[in-house]
This record gives sequence, C-alpha cells and structure tokens, in this order.
Amino acid sequence: MPMDGPTEERDGGPGEDSLGARRPGGDGPGARRPGGDGAGGDGPGGEGLGGEGLGRGGPGGAPGGAFIELDRVEKVFDVRKRTGFLRSERRRVRAVDALSFTVARGEMVGYIGPNGAGKSTTIKMLTGILTPSGGRLRVAGIDPSRERTRLARRIGVVFGQRTTLWWDLPLIDSYRLMHRMYRIPDARYRENLDRCVQLLELADLLDVPVRQLSLGQRMRGDIAAALLHDPEVLYLDEPTIGLDVISKAKVRGFLRDLNAERGTTVLLTTHDLQDIEQLCSRVMVIDHGRLMYDGPLAGLHEAGESERTLVVDLERELPPIELPTARVVRVEGPRQWLAFPAGSSAAPLVALIAERYPLVDLSVREPDIEAVIARMYGRPAPNAAEGAVS
Amino acid sequence: MADLPGLTDVPGLPGPTGFTDPTGFTRTEQRGRLREGLRAYRLIAAMWIRSTMAYRVSFLMTTVGNFAASGLDFAAILLMFSRVDALGGYSLPEVAFLYGLTTVSFGLADLAIGSMDRLGRRVRDGTLDMLLVRPAPVLAQVAADRFALRRLGRVTQGLLVTGYALSRLDLHWTLPKLLLMPVMLLSGGGIFCAVFVAGAAFQFAAQDASEVQNAFTYGGTTLLQYPPTVFAKELVRGVTYVLPLAFVNWLPAAYVLGRPYPLGLPAWTAFASPLVAAACCALAGLAWRAGLRSYRSTGS
Repeated sequence: MPMDGPTEERDGGPGEDSLGARRPGGDGPGARRPGGDGAGGDGPGGEGLGGEGLGRGGPGGAPGGAFIELDRVEKVFDVRKRTGFLRSERRRVRAVDALSFTVARGEMVGYIGPNGAGKSTTIKMLTGILTPSGGRLRVAGIDPSRERTRLARRIGVVFGQRTTLWWDLPLIDSYRLMHRMYRIPDARYRENLDRCVQLLELADLLDVPVRQLSLGQRMRGDIAAALLHDPEVLYLDEPTIGLDVISKAKVRGFLRDLNAERGTTVLLTTHDLQDIEQLCSRVMVIDHGRLMYDGPLAGLHEAGESERTLVVDLERELPPIELPTARVVRVEGPRQWLAFPAGSSAAPLVALIAERYPLVDLSVREPDIEAVIARMYGRPAPNAAEGAVS
Repeated sequence: MADLPGLTDVPGLPGPTGFTDPTGFTRTEQRGRLREGLRAYRLIAAMWIRSTMAYRVSFLMTTVGNFAASGLDFAAILLMFSRVDALGGYSLPEVAFLYGLTTVSFGLADLAIGSMDRLGRRVRDGTLDMLLVRPAPVLAQVAADRFALRRLGRVTQGLLVTGYALSRLDLHWTLPKLLLMPVMLLSGGGIFCAVFVAGAAFQFAAQDASEVQNAFTYGGTTLLQYPPTVFAKELVRGVTYVLPLAFVNWLPAAYVLGRPYPLGLPAWTAFASPLVAAACCALAGLAWRAGLRSYRSTGS
C-alpha cells in the first residue's frame, strides 16, 4: 500500500508479544473500585488475575488473543475557558486516565458510563481520530494514530447520531462509493452486500434516496455501509438511539448474528441497557476516564450490590411484611415493595410470603443498571427506578 | 502520519510532488499519497455531482446565477470606463485582461476546493471525524466536499472576458508570451488553492474564521481585477511579498502587456509564478498538517 507512511511496526510485529502479560485487573467484578484514587500510581494492577477467562479466539482463530490492547492510555485536553474579551484560562482535563484493557478477537463488549466519562474519547483513539497523550494503544497490531488509513480498512465505525450515507442519493450509491473507496474486490462486495441486504431487510430501500428513509432504516443502512469491507472490528456509538422497538430488535439480532457467524469483534457504547443485556457477554464501565468495572453483566449487579424488587399486592392494607431475606422499601395501600439481593432467587421468598400473607398478585422488577452504576460511583441515579427507591 | 497529504490533491494544478518535506516522506510515498488523494477526490466529487443532478433545475439556476453574479463585477468596471478612458494608466481591454486572468484563476481554485471553508463547521459538528475513519487522505476528502459544477459559471465568465480583452488588445505575440498564458492561469489557481487550504488549516484553530478566509480569497481576486497602479504602494508590497497574489496576474500580465513592473521588480519575476505557487502550496500543506495534527491531539 503506497499510501502508508513510514512506520516502525508491521503486521505481526511487536504488539503480539506482550499481550497476555498485561491484562489489567480486568476480570471479575470490582476489579477497580472507585476507592483507588491514587494519582495514577496503581500500575496495571492485578496482573496475572487469570485474564484468559473471557471467550477468546473466536471464529477466525487469529494468532494471539488480544485484538484491541490499551496499556495505560491517557488523553489530556487543554480546555480554554474564556474569562474576558481576550483573556482565557487554561485547564488540563484528563479525559482518559491510565486506561488499560484488552479485547479478544470475536468478543462483544459493552462500553458504558455516564456522559463525559471518556467513552467517545476512547473510541476516537481506537479509530485513530485522536492521538493519545500517553500510553500504548494497538488495534490489530496497528498503532491507530500513526497508521490511520491502514487501520481504516480493517475497522467499521457507526456513529449512531450521524450518517455516512449520501443524503440525496439512493442508498445503493453510498455502497458503491464504499466499494471503490475501500477497494473491495467485486465478488466480495457482492457477497457482503447481498448478505447485509437480506439480513437487514434493505432490498426495497436500495433505490430510495437516503433522505426518504426512516431513522431505523437509515441506521440499518449505516450498519451495512460499515460492514461491506469485512471489518475485523465494529465500533458502534449508540447504535439504537432513537429507534423504535422493532428496529432495535432487528439491529440487535443482526449484530448478534454478525458476531456469532463472522466472529467480528464488536465494541458498543450505549445508554440503552437492553442493548448490553441482549448482546454483550462483557461490560466495561468507565467514569472520569478510568475503568471502574470490567467483567460479565451479572457481576456488575454484585459489584453495585444491586437488588431486585418484588412487588406484592395483598388482599388488604397490612403492616410491612417482615422477612429475614428481604426488606420492605415502600408501602402503598395493599401494595408493598420488597428489595432482595439480585443474586438470590425470588421463588423461596414468594413461597414464604404466600404462606403467611393473603397474596393476590406479584411481580419481580429487575434492577436498573444505570442505578447500579450510579450506586457504584456513589452518586444519585439519574432517573432512579421507582422500584429501587427507598 | 498516515493522513497528511501534500497539497496536491487538486487535479490540474501543480503541486510539490517532487520535494522531500521535513517530515521525511520520500518521493515515492508522496506520489502514492498523491495518487490516493486524487482518487478519493475524484470519487467524492463524482458523488457530489450526482447529488446535485438530483435537482436539475436548481443546478441550472445556480450555474446561471454564478455566471451572472461574477459578471456583475465586470459590469462595474464597464460602468467606470463609461466615464474615464483609463484606470491607473490601463485601458479597458488591459483591465479586462487582468480581470479575466484572475477570475479564471480564482474560478479554477474555487471549482476545485472552494468548499474548504466549510471545514470549521465540520469541526464544530463533529462530522470531520467521519472523514478520519476512512482510508483516504483527509485533505482530499475535505477538498472534494460539496464539489459543485455550478462554479464553472465563474470560470466561463472569466474566459469570455479574457477572450474579449485579447481580441481588443493589439499585442505582439511571442512564444514566451503564448506559453505564459496557460502557466499564469494554472499558477494563479495554485496560489488561490494555497490560500484556501491555509485558510481551512486556520479553521482548525478558529472554527468561525471562514469570513477571514473569504477576505483573502474573494477579496484577493477583487483586488487583482484592477491594475496595481491604482493602489497604495504598501498594499501592493503586501500582496507581492507577504501574500504573493501579485504573481497571479499583475506580474505576468505586465510582461504580456509590455507594462512597467509594479515596485520596479525585475522582468524575470513575470515567470516566477509557478515557483511562487509551488512554494505557497508547500507552505499551505505544512499549515494543513499542523492544523490536522492539532485537531487530532485536541479533538476540537
């Protein structure tokens, strides 16, 4: 490829060697708790925590495991604040602070955190848009900021709120541009296009100008556009934002299949926690530019000491139910809300209540992950779920 | 440094293809990047043409409008000459010659990369990021942004006025003069392109600076429509030594018309336009690199 600048690293060069050793304390719940606020001195902590746990070596069986690799990556911005007509104050903001994690080929990872936590800054560094201020970052063995164009051929990016499609042209025209810009071999292009068209139900839309598509149709169109060149990793920034229930289901189903059949590594940021629940075996939570949690979704509940809520309707108003395994958090006439640990089963609890009280109806509410995260951080939940409020 | 093209993404304009810049690109790499850039430019420009053709009537109207709007400038000059016989010692055909040359030069640059002043907006709304995740030089993608054939209106109008001037001027044509004509137009286009690129690079730092850029591009071409003799010496100095717009038409035209050179410059300066254009493009390319680098480290 003549367009690549001079580089120190080629495929399979350095970048493959230090993979296993540098797992940050990333597995298991509560790897990094908010407590450790030392000024970044805690190193890539928890080495040798048995970091090979999560589904590695997906289909494709590429050498090495880690496909995305961050080692104490940081990004510092100088933010200028205007204090007068020509005066301004400089302030250093650490958007990403000593962030270390690895993602294996074929993993599907949810990347979540409050607004301004450093999510998009991380994605921008992973895609080569932004240059890190420090640390080491590799995607497929490539340093994104040095070899942006070479990396671009191997990654797909979907920004949920912006489209890459050509507004005034039929959808198919945007795909033809991708075909040529990425130099996708004809047969490959046809095959990928046919597949996307079939699975994302785009057949009737190909000749429709993009401006006439609905939001959900456009999102599906955008996802297809990002996949025509067979990217090894797909970054999705809020892929289901603003979509209706059916469109969301279609998008999720497609992503699940893509990951399962093609082994495409997927990293998605989202505010919709159902995205994570339905798609991701692994969740990373970031706040203030630091990794707060890295592990399976279930562990996140434990880490946040989350509770499920049992809502029971009794025959009549009664004093709060007294049980050793649950506590009443709210009473409203004959209806009572009982919180119990998310890890335990509701069945014995229900049996116990039915035995002692005149039970009419009941329902179980799952914990709201946003509330869980908020609890982890020790800050109030943005829109505390009614069931979880005490 | 995978996304820092030289300033050579513009078709038909000379660029610093052969020089090795301080960042250490070899010639072959630069040429490869140039080819990639041109290719991306072509692909994206074609998409914009197709997009405009979705609204044919609008396209026709804006093309005519572009032609007419740039013609108004010349109408103003004609109006002036209905009162006077000469402007700064230049006759109407001579002024028309200057006018035609700068209008074609500027028109070519405007056609090629005229939408680069939208860069500030792209930075602000974040759509520049979408260009950075594509496997093509960013400069080429930004240059081809909103490529609009309607801008041929200005080029056509400039060519017509140049034709009028040539038919009225009683010139003694020699080979150097003949050769200088196309060289002048392309070099002029190159100089204006450099101004466009440098202006866009500046927008990385100040996102609402497109008006500043317009002052130098549109303002510059309006300045060059008149003979240098009507302007104050300081201004002429400024556009010769600081922002070398004088090399677009004033100096080479002085040779063709057999007029004294502004600021008493030697005769060879009439032929220096291609060099000046190449130097300007190189500097603008460096400015672009610096701008893009700062964007990628600050993200704003």
